[in-house]
Amino acid sequence: MVDSINVALIGNPNTGKTSLFNRLTGLNQKVGNYPGITVEKKEGICKLDRGLKAHILDLPGTYSLNSSSLDESIVIETLLNKNDKDYPDVAVVVADVENLKRNLLLFTQIKDLQIPTILAVNMADRMDRKAISLDIELLEKELKTKVVLISSRKNEGIDDLKKAVINFKNYSAEACVDVTTIDQTYFDRLKKTFPDQLVYKLWLVITQDVNFGKIDDQRDLDKVKTKSFEIKSKTELKKMQHRETVLRYQFINNTLNKVLKIDIAKAKDLRSRLDRILIHKVWGYLIFFSILLLIFQAIYDWSGVPMDFIDESFASLSAWVNSILPSGPFTSLLAEGVIPGLGGIVIFIPQIAFLFLFIAILEESGYMSRVVFLMDHIMKKFGLSGKSVVPLVSGTACAIPAVMATRNIEDWKERLITILVVPFTTCSARLPVYLIIVALVIPEGTIAGGFLSYQALTLMGLYLLGFGTAIFSAWVLNKVLPIRRKAFFVMEMPAYKIPLFKNVVITVVEKTKSFVFGAGKIILAISIILWALASYGPGDQFSNAEQIVTEQYADQALSDEELDQRINSHKLEYSFIGYIGKAIEPAVRPLGYDWKIGIAIVSSFAAREVFVGTLATIYSVQGGEEDEATIKERMAAEQNPILGGPVFNFASGISLLLFYAFAMQCMSTLAIVKRETNGWKWPAVQFVGMTIIAYVAALGAYQILD
Amino acid sequence: MSITISQLKRGQSATIKDFDVDNVPLKLLEMGCLPGNTVRMMQSAPFQDPIYLNINDTHLAIRRETAQKIIVDLHG
Repeated sequence: MVDSINVALIGNPNTGKTSLFNRLTGLNQKVGNYPGITVEKKEGICKLDRGLKAHILDLPGTYSLNSSSLDESIVIETLLNKNDKDYPDVAVVVADVENLKRNLLLFTQIKDLQIPTILAVNMADRMDRKAISLDIELLEKELKTKVVLISSRKNEGIDDLKKAVINFKNYSAEACVDVTTIDQTYFDRLKKTFPDQLVYKLWLVITQDVNFGKIDDQRDLDKVKTKSFEIKSKTELKKMQHRETVLRYQFINNTLNKVLKIDIAKAKDLRSRLDRILIHKVWGYLIFFSILLLIFQAIYDWSGVPMDFIDESFASLSAWVNSILPSGPFTSLLAEGVIPGLGGIVIFIPQIAFLFLFIAILEESGYMSRVVFLMDHIMKKFGLSGKSVVPLVSGTACAIPAVMATRNIEDWKERLITILVVPFTTCSARLPVYLIIVALVIPEGTIAGGFLSYQALTLMGLYLLGFGTAIFSAWVLNKVLPIRRKAFFVMEMPAYKIPLFKNVVITVVEKTKSFVFGAGKIILAISIILWALASYGPGDQFSNAEQIVTEQYADQALSDEELDQRINSHKLEYSFIGYIGKAIEPAVRPLGYDWKIGIAIVSSFAAREVFVGTLATIYSVQGGEEDEATIKERMAAEQNPILGGPVFNFASGISLLLFYAFAMQCMSTLAIVKRETNGWKWPAVQFVGMTIIAYVAALGAYQILD
Repeated sequence: MSITISQLKRGQSATIKDFDVDNVPLKLLEMGCLPGNTVRMMQSAPFQDPIYLNINDTHLAIRRETAQKIIVDLHG
């Protein structure tokens, strides 16, 4: 029987908490959501000893237990609810040795909750370089706990930490600071009214605006909230919180004066010198845009080779299946439904991995905070703040985590606006559509001495269009929405770090996996449905297609191959999907699309990346003998039967690009927005608004360009 | 001489004296913006806002409007 204990990792942002988590759990972790809400929850298992393992919970980074954002309130909720299955047996507070003072604030608060708390002083490897000396023994005595020096980057001290966790029962749960001294009479009365409760816990409940549905003694706490025995005004409570903070810092300063020595005579640090350049009013923007350009060039150019390889592999796999299995509905489902559908997902792995790689590096290195700083003033004009830049930039990977990333925006109006406009930024699901259409309708060729291709520039333009639309909509929403704001902006500028290979790899693997499996399920299901709808049809026109077509072309000397193609074409036209496509054709024709693209658009309302898969399925069904052609070749070969010429020409291509740039085609995002805004109102507004914009833009583009 | 943080020039240091309780977020206090601590103006963003400070050895960015609510004594 293996025993398991709950360990919560808690700490300020940028203390290397995630590195420590990755060290302890490796790839033995999973990302989920907190029950009822969508804040990311990282859990993992760490083997401590024979017969003992730790269930490790990585809580969102927070500066204190006084929450001002949803991320932070998660930490409090977990620590207040003794009945929660995640309630920690032991808390590990991760602190950065260079910012010990500030990190200890959170430590003293957690200690006050009477949870055994270990202090892990991280980045110990920098102590020599920064001339920091720390008297661990004395610190342990002052803080009444175990202190462990670690370096999660250099993988040092991790075993000591594990040992400390094993011995958690030996550490005192005594508080460091007596919070009642800030207002003795108030706290005495509190204690009298609720003799069974921990005073500090009551105080947190009174001052926090968190969801208390899960706390152990609901009725008692309701009494605190509603029939408060002594109601203090908000300003009074805030003043008390100020006093509490001052009190805690007094304790911390006294402690650190005894145990910590820093040689101040050190050279100007790297951070200030790098900041001179990276947030410079000219160089800062130039560097930011160069980085963006580099990312797009990488996504577009560098991933071309693996993508072509995957594309061709799936095309030949499909042909191979067709050739070795006896023909019949099952083979057809496999070769024309499942394999092209899967290929439509797998092919985008290289690009999505590249994108997550760059985002992970920018986050890890500390550069993202500089982007927030650089962009705050500009974003403020649109009713957003620099903090909205991170959701907007991560929206280039996927709108779902981006919507979740708005949780550290304190102001509700700002947060709502960010949630509403994030889906305009170009997510990785648009990439498949963009890439294939750009490749079809934008000529090859280069400018700027062969470095930049027209196609890469078009892609960059589409990303800028998405971002521009997002901030323009934010400006409109800021004017239109009648919500009061109380925005403030406080952000730490972390030290620069060289991204840790292991952290970056884990991020890229985890996120890519969740994209492939998340989107993959939908795409595969839709591919199979589409195959069925395209392979069967009502009435004689479908079942007697062979006979009808053969008779129709009887007087023409067609080769077997040509005849087969006509038959397949005829079948598709009279299949179930053919009828659906025809029914919606009047709506999409003014945009320059035929009924096949219409089907692809409708089916991709579930998820954008379905578009390419749908066309792949439709053209595979129709393709007859040309099974080995790739999706791109098939699309390029499509002819418009009414207007003549290729279906994907410049006008219809641009129209499609614009439609996909604006339309809200992602069920998962709508579901997340519903959860984050507590209702259907905002996702409905978002869906209708974006679809109208998309339709109008595509219509305008096609009518002008054609 | 008492001024507000927003009046500090690049490289200047000052001691925090007092602030407007209602308009300074608690978060800033928790980051170490407390009376008696030292604040140093590191840099302003393009367009002079937000500003980049070193308060109590923490590197922080805040907006100018918040900085105007914090009174400091200029060093030397």
